[in-house]
Amino acid sequence: MDFFAGRFGRCILCDNPLAGEGPTSMSAQQKTRVVGEAVLRKEGRDKLVGRACYVDDIASDGMLFGVTVRSTIPRGLIKAITFDPAVNWNEFTIVTAADVPGENRIQLIIADQPCLAEHEVNHCEEPIVLLAHADRQKARAAVEAVRIEYEPLPAVLGIEESERRETIVWGEDNLLKKFLLEKGDVDGAWAGAARIVEGEYRAGAQEHLYIEPNGVIAEWNEEKGVAVRGSMQCPYYVLKSLKGLMGLPEEKVRVAQTETGGAFGGKEDYPSILACHAALLAKKSGRTVRMIYDRAEDMAATTKRHPARVRHRTALDGDGKLLAMEIDLDIDGGAYATLSSTVLSRATLHSTGPYLCPNIRVRSRAWATNQIPYGAFRGFGAPQAIFAMERHMDEIAAAVGMDPVELRRRNFLHTGDKNATEQLMREPVPMDVILDRALKESDFYAKRERFARENATSDIKRGVGLAAFYHGSGFTGSGEVYLNSLAGIDVTQEGRARVLVSNTEFGQGTNTVLAQVAAEALGIDYNDVTIAVPDTDEVPNSGPTVASRTSMVVGRLIERAGGQLLKMLREEAGLGERYTREEFFAACERHRARHGEVHSESRYEAPPGIHWDDAKYHGEAYGAYSWAVYVAQVAVDTVTYSAEVEEFWAVQEAGRILHPVLAPGQIEGGVAQGIGYSLYEKVLNESGRMVNNQMTNYIIPTAEDIPPIHVSFEELPFAHGGYGAKGIGELPHDGPPPAILNAIRNATGAAVNSVPVLPEDLMEVLAAREATI
Amino acid sequence: MSAQWPAIYFTVNGAKKTVNVPPMKRLLDVLREDLRLTGTKEGCGEGECGSCSVRMNGELVNSCLVPALQAEGAEIETVEGLARNDELHPLQEAFLEHGGAQCGACTPGFLMASAQLLERNPRPDLDAVREALAGNLCRCTGYMRIFESVAAAAARAEEKADAR
Repeated sequence: MDFFAGRFGRCILCDNPLAGEGPTSMSAQQKTRVVGEAVLRKEGRDKLVGRACYVDDIASDGMLFGVTVRSTIPRGLIKAITFDPAVNWNEFTIVTAADVPGENRIQLIIADQPCLAEHEVNHCEEPIVLLAHADRQKARAAVEAVRIEYEPLPAVLGIEESERRETIVWGEDNLLKKFLLEKGDVDGAWAGAARIVEGEYRAGAQEHLYIEPNGVIAEWNEEKGVAVRGSMQCPYYVLKSLKGLMGLPEEKVRVAQTETGGAFGGKEDYPSILACHAALLAKKSGRTVRMIYDRAEDMAATTKRHPARVRHRTALDGDGKLLAMEIDLDIDGGAYATLSSTVLSRATLHSTGPYLCPNIRVRSRAWATNQIPYGAFRGFGAPQAIFAMERHMDEIAAAVGMDPVELRRRNFLHTGDKNATEQLMREPVPMDVILDRALKESDFYAKRERFARENATSDIKRGVGLAAFYHGSGFTGSGEVYLNSLAGIDVTQEGRARVLVSNTEFGQGTNTVLAQVAAEALGIDYNDVTIAVPDTDEVPNSGPTVASRTSMVVGRLIERAGGQLLKMLREEAGLGERYTREEFFAACERHRARHGEVHSESRYEAPPGIHWDDAKYHGEAYGAYSWAVYVAQVAVDTVTYSAEVEEFWAVQEAGRILHPVLAPGQIEGGVAQGIGYSLYEKVLNESGRMVNNQMTNYIIPTAEDIPPIHVSFEELPFAHGGYGAKGIGELPHDGPPPAILNAIRNATGAAVNSVPVLPEDLMEVLAAREATI
Repeated sequence: MSAQWPAIYFTVNGAKKTVNVPPMKRLLDVLREDLRLTGTKEGCGEGECGSCSVRMNGELVNSCLVPALQAEGAEIETVEGLARNDELHPLQEAFLEHGGAQCGACTPGFLMASAQLLERNPRPDLDAVREALAGNLCRCTGYMRIFESVAAAAARAEEKADAR
């Protein structure tokens, strides 16, 4: 640790010739009072006493309950919609595509997804008719009384079918998006290779399973327009869709987040659809309409992680150094474009791992199918790509007879190197130090030796495996520039500083961390800072709460807004260099008396040296990277074929750690989801429908399944992040799948190349292996 | 509209309650809709996730699986009954300090299951905590900090007992 601080502490802040470009934030090296302290979660008390108000907790008096009639086939033409005459439909509000006042589209990247299907359906569970009734039970029962007749069309249900293009279900060629990433001369590299290793890896869908299902409440007023409250990550995304659908100007659309019980990407894009549905019912009925999915509907109808197939072909020289990497990465995007292009981009950019390689070609494609559209999920394509890369590294090591740790060490990127998009690694690359620490903390080599000895005489085979990876923080490429985020701080008449952002709290700690940053920047107490409700009528658009960007990007905006507010108070309201809390708020009141408000805001500026070329897919893909090495210890029971993670080590560098309880909490939670993705969570799909859409048969890890998770951080403050922060939220989902499957490889000798791996999958691989021995 | 149903009597957090609801209405809905005690959450509606855990006559139950009629005469405890006036229960304090709650949706259920555990086993070891909480699903924390919170609450309760 000391060694580490000495080595990088010096170069990052003082004389690293690469780090010194452009103005850097001095805050990264400052001693802080609030940042880095274990302050109590802002909304924690409300959550613990049962007072936090989630959307389903809002009193429903006088509201209608909205429900959805969905397609039961993956693809077809709608021939007729009939309503069972046994039901008194006069009691119901009924909405179809014909009731859409504006454009019948969900506004995301490409507006190809209808809000309600009109002439055709392109996936199961596609919404066709909306019903609302004052009685929730009656509303739910009525769904079965609406009959849709179809003329079925041939459906495409996977990557292989889609890429054959025998049936075209989207555009001219089923291709939602493709990228080509090239560096050096791959074709010229194979001839000089000492060794070429190939492999194919697959990653399945995954359900978010936030504990609070999706839900919204919509109100309609002829003069004021539409207002929606609900569980969501991105109020301004919802606003954009409502504007287009309802044909309203921005000032007639209002969206506010209610307390949100988990999201993980599952409430990034989907709430736009639900909000549009509720808004249509509210407009037609003239009543307030609530739509709260039950668990089965939420699991069946909402987005999942994209299934992926990744093929690697890798050339090495005689010393185990990477000469060339050719990667074909394909994901199933589902029936509409949704976020698949950006998920594919992040997958592409993470597919080559934290390694230096002179010759690279990645061809990536997102395929349209008639599956329910896949969407954002923690990691956003990176976990699938990193699973393939890191599983492949162990297979390369086995093929060339090298220690997989040494293979990685020989190929790590270092400061001053250029990665796959030829982004210069300006900031220190700490992979060697993190690797050493992970090996030491997990006692990696001693365990490998001991387990090899013990396994020989036991039905329980133990093993350890690791994964090395990086995760880019913030939006990809020019994304942050396009977002053009604006964040503010004001001081209320009640004497509280208030953070004004559209970023949302859904468990990860946004409220707490941004309040810490504001308190630090303003030189006041944490308890003197509040967070404004993310309501589009009240807060500026500081961008979506996604992509591990909040602490780094929005944190930095709040830090700057705080600095500007202080400067203003010093120059215009007589605040001294040193001041007490009372003096601060007294200066605010003097300023308010003169100007009517105390307010400051800050807009995103790209750090210097960040250039991304979309056309060439080349340049600075991310403002910063977080780095990690994860180690899993597993036990495989060769009688029952069950695999269990016995212990887990997560070592990472994610910039400055702003909160010593919340940050490791993010890592532990992400590792647990990653363990679930590796060993438990299998979406069973039959003809385009999820058939295990219950907690009973879609299994997430319980308290008895999660092993001790040891979390450690190296801290290298990032000059352009909020008080030195980099992204942290998604990183921990990347490492567990490859680390666990590499540990299974170590334990059993079997190369299992797909996740999830349930006992039946492991049995297949191990039995096949026994048969060949 | 509720008068058509026979009255069901029970106590919630020590207070006597009377509701006129269909006998098969879920206790979860009676608490949330009729009594406006919305601290108890619905996660799955089929007894898998434990988010709706409450205590009924000292036993931990999934309130989504309990028909209202079955609560007749029962003593029900919910998350709203843990804090006394403004003083948090040691479990609530510990969850707050140790990061046992993130999104908060599973939290009321975990608090009730933990309270049940500590009442029966004031100093549980880690295995006992894991077992007692295995009926409650959390998707945010990875459980580590929930275990830590329960251990801290147990230690705090013991300190308080010693101080008396």
